[in-house]
Amino acid sequence: MKPPRTQQFLGRESYRMRRLMDAARILPVFALVLLLLPLMRHSPELEAPPTATESVYLFAVWAVMILLAFLLSLWLRRALDPADKGKRPHRAGPSGE
Amino acid sequence: MSFNLLVLTCLGYVVLLFTVASAAERAAVAGRAGWLRSPMVYTLSLSVYCTAWTFYGAVGYAARSGLEFMTIYLGPTLVFVGWWVVLRKLVRIGRENRVTSIADMISARYGKSNLLGVIVTLLCIMAGTPYIALQLQSISQSFTVFVTDPTGPSLATDTTLIAFWVAVGLAFFTIAFGTRTLDANEQHPGVVTAIAVEAVVKLLALLAVGVFVVWFVATGPSDILARIDAQALPEWEIQPGRWTGLILLSAIAIICLPRMFQVTVVENTNDQHLATASWAFPLYLFLISLFVLPIAVIGMELMPAGSNPDMFMLTLPLHLGQDGLALLSFLGGFSAATSMVIVASLALATMVSNHIVVPLWLRVRAVRQRDTGDMRLLVLSVRRLSISLVLGLGYVYYVITGGSAALASIGLIAFVGVAQCLPALIGALYWRGASRNGAALGLIAGMVLWFYTLFLPSFGPEVFLSARVMESGPFDLAWLRPYSLFGLTTLDPLLHSLFWSLMVNIVAFCFGSILSFPSPIERVQGALFVDIFDRPGTARSWTRPMAEAEDLLPMAQRIFGATEAQAFFRAQAELQGKQGFLPDITPEFLEALELKLAGSVGAATAYAMLAQTVGTSVVSVDDLMAVASETAQIMEYSAQLEAKSEELTRTARKLREANEKLQTLSVQKDAFLSQISHELRTPMTSIRAFSEILMDADGMSDEEQIHFARIIHDESIRLTRLLDDLLDLSVLEHGQVQLNITTANLRELIDRAITASNSVQAERNFTLHRSRDREDVDITTDAGRLAQVFINVLSNARKYCDAADPQLRIKVKRRNGMVDVDFIDNGIGIPRDKQALIFEKFSRLTDSMQAGGAGLGLAICREIMHNLGGDITYVPGQGGAAFRVSFPMQLEARESSARPATDPAEAAE
Repeated sequence: MKPPRTQQFLGRESYRMRRLMDAARILPVFALVLLLLPLMRHSPELEAPPTATESVYLFAVWAVMILLAFLLSLWLRRALDPADKGKRPHRAGPSGE
Repeated sequence: MSFNLLVLTCLGYVVLLFTVASAAERAAVAGRAGWLRSPMVYTLSLSVYCTAWTFYGAVGYAARSGLEFMTIYLGPTLVFVGWWVVLRKLVRIGRENRVTSIADMISARYGKSNLLGVIVTLLCIMAGTPYIALQLQSISQSFTVFVTDPTGPSLATDTTLIAFWVAVGLAFFTIAFGTRTLDANEQHPGVVTAIAVEAVVKLLALLAVGVFVVWFVATGPSDILARIDAQALPEWEIQPGRWTGLILLSAIAIICLPRMFQVTVVENTNDQHLATASWAFPLYLFLISLFVLPIAVIGMELMPAGSNPDMFMLTLPLHLGQDGLALLSFLGGFSAATSMVIVASLALATMVSNHIVVPLWLRVRAVRQRDTGDMRLLVLSVRRLSISLVLGLGYVYYVITGGSAALASIGLIAFVGVAQCLPALIGALYWRGASRNGAALGLIAGMVLWFYTLFLPSFGPEVFLSARVMESGPFDLAWLRPYSLFGLTTLDPLLHSLFWSLMVNIVAFCFGSILSFPSPIERVQGALFVDIFDRPGTARSWTRPMAEAEDLLPMAQRIFGATEAQAFFRAQAELQGKQGFLPDITPEFLEALELKLAGSVGAATAYAMLAQTVGTSVVSVDDLMAVASETAQIMEYSAQLEAKSEELTRTARKLREANEKLQTLSVQKDAFLSQISHELRTPMTSIRAFSEILMDADGMSDEEQIHFARIIHDESIRLTRLLDDLLDLSVLEHGQVQLNITTANLRELIDRAITASNSVQAERNFTLHRSRDREDVDITTDAGRLAQVFINVLSNARKYCDAADPQLRIKVKRRNGMVDVDFIDNGIGIPRDKQALIFEKFSRLTDSMQAGGAGLGLAICREIMHNLGGDITYVPGQGGAAFRVSFPMQLEARESSARPATDPAEAAE
């Protein structure tokens, strides 16, 4: 018999927030790896490098990075101390774990 | 296009910037800076990263090396996308410690050591000079591109002269907006706004040229991609070493460049802005880079062989007959160069003044004892001078090198230079064990290697290093060749230098930190920086106070100006639950004062200044325990308790003060009774004695009778006056006095008071300093009563000022509806322990009868001023006794019979 589905954690909100902070830390690492990929696409038979394709690839990675950073910043704002506005959303442990 | 039109355009543009900057300054002063401090303005100001090197050089770079130019923008993108890791912490620490520059940050972290401040300042100047030279070069080069007529004015063809005038103009602008005030935290809304405008101009210019090239010269994106492949050179192959190395280098540079530190950390007002910049700034860089390669490719295709690719941004539109576009592009380049020079020279000037000149001045002053100059003017003049100096150095570098090297390489040399700050900076943020000695060792080692392997060779052969040294090393030691140190021959010079300098830097930093033993202040600061997010309050480094607040006030006045310093001291005293200008010297108060000073002159200097006055601070074992991480956690729990007990302490302090006052008053009251009996008895005795003599007046001449009668008369007048004073005081105290409110002129009142008080010790000759214009204020109050107060204060000055050459200053100030009149003499003033008592009844500082009054004067004055809705206070630390009489300009008709707040002394009666 299946046990009834229950909420496992009480602090789901703050748990999610901390994982988003992890994501913010990981994002630049992944981005760097993606930016280094062109180094491994060396093709010796070509006389000139495939600059056009590589530039499209790099700008695409760049655009995705900006988009992800934008989405993350929307979430992470809540974890920041409200510096000058009067409203004070609940603090979700800005220092991480 | 004529040279004059070009110059006119530039001037018009600069005038526009001036207007924007001064409008922003005015808005900020008026407190309407809301939109100035928006995240967008912050992001745009970050674009100071994109200098003329980006604007012109990136296209040239792309033409020479293909996609490699992107590394310079990808590195910063990674740092900003990963803002949560480094930048957030950096910005928070910078803001909470009121950091004024990168040198200040490093020096503050490592025990507020000025040595480190000096090292970093020198490093930044060395690295910044070529970079500024580069901007001057690109501006003057862009001028010459436009001038095709060799017979034009001589200025048009002389690049050195153009560079000179550009440097002068920029120095003027930076001085005008960067050193207007000595701000509490070194922020410059005018400059930031102007930079934001420039950011928009350069982006628009680049996009305009890009769009023109892609859609009007070529037929669209796919055509451009085809042309890119057609033009691709074998050299465009991405080189793994350089690609990775340059991404890393530019990522370091965006953190360490002094100008980037200025706009990212120092000018930041809010964490939220950083959250916006985390995607908006990469977006800006993306847009800047998007059209670089297309412009380069079209340039290579259309321009005659041998033309300088660094100037494609200008020559391409000109070649295609688009003069307007070329002019826009020229303005874009001009913006890029000017914004960089302004911010860089501002940041460098702050460092020079805070870490080199002011500490030197303090040291000289300490040797020659103190004098009371206004430090604000000194610091500002030093900043102005430093700005001129920094720009002058840039100009000299430009003249020496002849501005021949390709733009990109100069920029990268500067990058490697400032990268030497990275180990110390990252250590400051994440490693509590990082120590001052380690940081100094690392910085010096890295700097020397950078200097030898990159900076000196950059001047070209035969300037500093001979070709022979470059070929085979100094003294023919091959392993010391600048470009292949220790036999590393496969790296190109830039990576070679980056590798060696950073590697030796890090090794020295780690070894130095591991082997040295940090001072207590270093450890406190280290814990403070590294655990910034875990700690609610600040740790303290001031424990055993040895100074009086009275000594600190004059010092603070020299930095902030009298009004602000007094307001700060008064607010601090109020926080402690005290009245007046002198707070207790608690560690909290010293912390607050140091932080406020640091915002103006940098952490190391602030610390040194306080230490000079307060004496060396001693950090006790308890304080160290308090910052150790284990205790920190317990502290979290007890934070609330602490707050409670703090409140109790404050109440207890208030009670203690009240109690002390009560005891003194009780003693005074006893003294008063005997005093009053004595005062009444003396005239009584003589009246009785002389009237007895007069009673049997036989055999007494008329003169004798008159003489005795006069004595009796005088004595009874004295009695009456004493009783009058007592009566007056009692009436005033119970608020039953009738005020006779009229309109009067303050100047005339003061004149009258001076004349009236001249009879007191008329033989003494006082020099009066007053400003008659400022005194010309019409006031509505009880003029007679006010004059009484003035006369009393003036007479006191005449009686008690003990200077050989007595002087009296009368200063009148107006502030929101109140008038302050300060009376300051040049005597010894009133001792600290007596200041609280002088306004009490029957208090006289001298026990002798020389004063000739009953000690009621100031008590009456205070009651009068309370009745007039004002106050009279003693202002300490003004170089003599100083009384401030303040009252409202328009006294409202009396509101009921309620008296102004009674103080404990009166409540006790």
